[in-house]
Amino acid sequence: MAKAILFDSTRCVGCRECERACAEKWGNPYNDQIAEVEKLSAQKLTTIETHGERFQRRLCLHCAEPTCVSVCPVGAFEKTALGPVVYDEKKCIGCRYCIMACPFQVPAYEWSEILPRVRKCDMCYARQAKGEPTACTEVCPADATLSGDYEAMVAEARKRIADSPGDYQPYIYGLREVGGTSVLFLSAVPFNELGLRTDLPQSPLPPLTWSVLSAVPDIATSGAVLMGGIYWITHRREAVAKAEGRRPGRQKEVRQ
Amino acid sequence: MRRVPVWKWVFIALMAAGAYATYLRAFHGLGAVTHLSDQFPWGIWVAFDVLCGVGLAAGGFTLVAVVHIFNIEKYRPILRPAILTAFLGYLLVVLALMFDLGRPDRIWHALVMWNPRSVMFEVAWCVMLYTTVLFLEFLPVVLEKFNLQAPLKLLHAISVPLIIAGIVLSTLHQSSLGTLYLIVPHKLDPLWYSPLLPLFFFLSAICVGLAMTIFESWHSSRAFGRQLEVSLLGGMSRVLAVLLSVYLVLRFMDLSRRGAIGRIWEPRIESYLFLLEVALMALPALLIFRGHTRRPAVLYAASVMAVFGFVTNRLNVAVTGMERASGVVYLPKWTELAVTLAIIALGFAIFRLAVQYLPIFEETHEENRAGNGAQAEEDYLLTRA
Repeated sequence: MAKAILFDSTRCVGCRECERACAEKWGNPYNDQIAEVEKLSAQKLTTIETHGERFQRRLCLHCAEPTCVSVCPVGAFEKTALGPVVYDEKKCIGCRYCIMACPFQVPAYEWSEILPRVRKCDMCYARQAKGEPTACTEVCPADATLSGDYEAMVAEARKRIADSPGDYQPYIYGLREVGGTSVLFLSAVPFNELGLRTDLPQSPLPPLTWSVLSAVPDIATSGAVLMGGIYWITHRREAVAKAEGRRPGRQKEVRQ
Repeated sequence: MRRVPVWKWVFIALMAAGAYATYLRAFHGLGAVTHLSDQFPWGIWVAFDVLCGVGLAAGGFTLVAVVHIFNIEKYRPILRPAILTAFLGYLLVVLALMFDLGRPDRIWHALVMWNPRSVMFEVAWCVMLYTTVLFLEFLPVVLEKFNLQAPLKLLHAISVPLIIAGIVLSTLHQSSLGTLYLIVPHKLDPLWYSPLLPLFFFLSAICVGLAMTIFESWHSSRAFGRQLEVSLLGGMSRVLAVLLSVYLVLRFMDLSRRGAIGRIWEPRIESYLFLLEVALMALPALLIFRGHTRRPAVLYAASVMAVFGFVTNRLNVAVTGMERASGVVYLPKWTELAVTLAIIALGFAIFRLAVQYLPIFEETHEENRAGNGAQAEEDYLLTRA
């Protein structure tokens, strides 16, 4: 059963317990200074962003058809059947195409390390595999972050909207963005006011490159045959000219 | 260089700065030597060293196709310098990757850990295979120098498939460098983002390949006191002018079809740099169409402009067009520039040494295909007359 995280910004009180739990889980340092910087980084795989009086969580959205999985030349990313997109640091060569291509600007790099890795939320894959909730869910005092089965999370989101339509935008962010994500957001205000991109396509991004890449074998084969054919014609022409005892026609042009 | 020792000092200064930046890169990490960030993870090492480096080496496959496939023998005299440039260019791209990759020690991973869905994977394989092909295409020059006949014969036997493989591989990954950016419709400015990026990258690579060949021939003829093959370069420049025009017309048709053409006149830095890029491609075409191809100075100016136009385009795609969506301003740190400049200087130095000590600008009988050698040599002499 695929898992999901539901974050409801109308319930978030900005206590940042999710940040702390996440840092603890990854063994990252956490203090007031780090808490103040509301930006994802190699040290902060989730963050609360303050937008006026509202709080919005940022973390990897675990796309259904992830861009990072498709762009990585060495296959360091994997979309697991459970939902989380996981990263194998032993494969990574550090080309940073994943960081460049992510539509949500999530993956972060260890810029100051000599042997750097990409860092991002893995939706507590190990815990979820054991049926436990994510670290951030466990500590959330306001039920702003929930985790569980994808269908249950979608149902819960729909229920919250239906129960108090005045409190919510009638839209679940993540149902359709770039083909859907395993992290869903609810909000009282338009999502772009919480720093989320609302101009993303509803279809997944990987087919954009795949449609060209999948033509490569055809292009290579027909290109090679074409080149071979032209080679044969031009050299045959020359051989015929020689056999007939005359110089190929283009000699004239050179003499001018 | 002997007459102008100041260039030697410039070279030494560049290498020293490059060496210091290399030390910092190796022992203090990417963060210490670059202005890269999670918001802007690809800087000029990708934009210039890789995107432009690969493109500037495109003269190699273009001329190999012209001479070997289309059998237009009169271009043979400039084939070897073009292959040398391409080979050097690719080696320097790989060298630049060793700086840019976070884990250069794992560059071999792309060989064994496959992800055929990744454009980067295809680029990695093409660059690796094509560098091998270029090595084999360049090898006869070295073998001739030491008069090693047996390996020369062997290379000769496989030359046709090798040549075809080289052309196909180049075509694929010149365009793939454009395909890399198809995945960021939400980040790359509409002035540059287009589903036709692969085609645009391929066409402009051929243009810059021709322009680089003209540029190099001009410089080597000056450095070595040789006559410039004006008739040769004139013909090449006319092809360049036609291709540049086709490229520009396609670019504008595409802009208009995507409804982005109005953005050209918006007062933004993106528009200015877009117009600069277009001007640097349109002017050389105009100069050549005006019929000044018999004047070497004009040919030279046109080729230099086209090269700068190409470089501007690649920097625009990779830096200018990506900056606004990233939310940060990226300007390279001095150490990034130092590495790039040191790599360029290294390229020039190796090219000069190779030309000095290897038979680059001389055709010898062994290199020519059987039965065609004498004729090619005659053509060569005729063109020099």
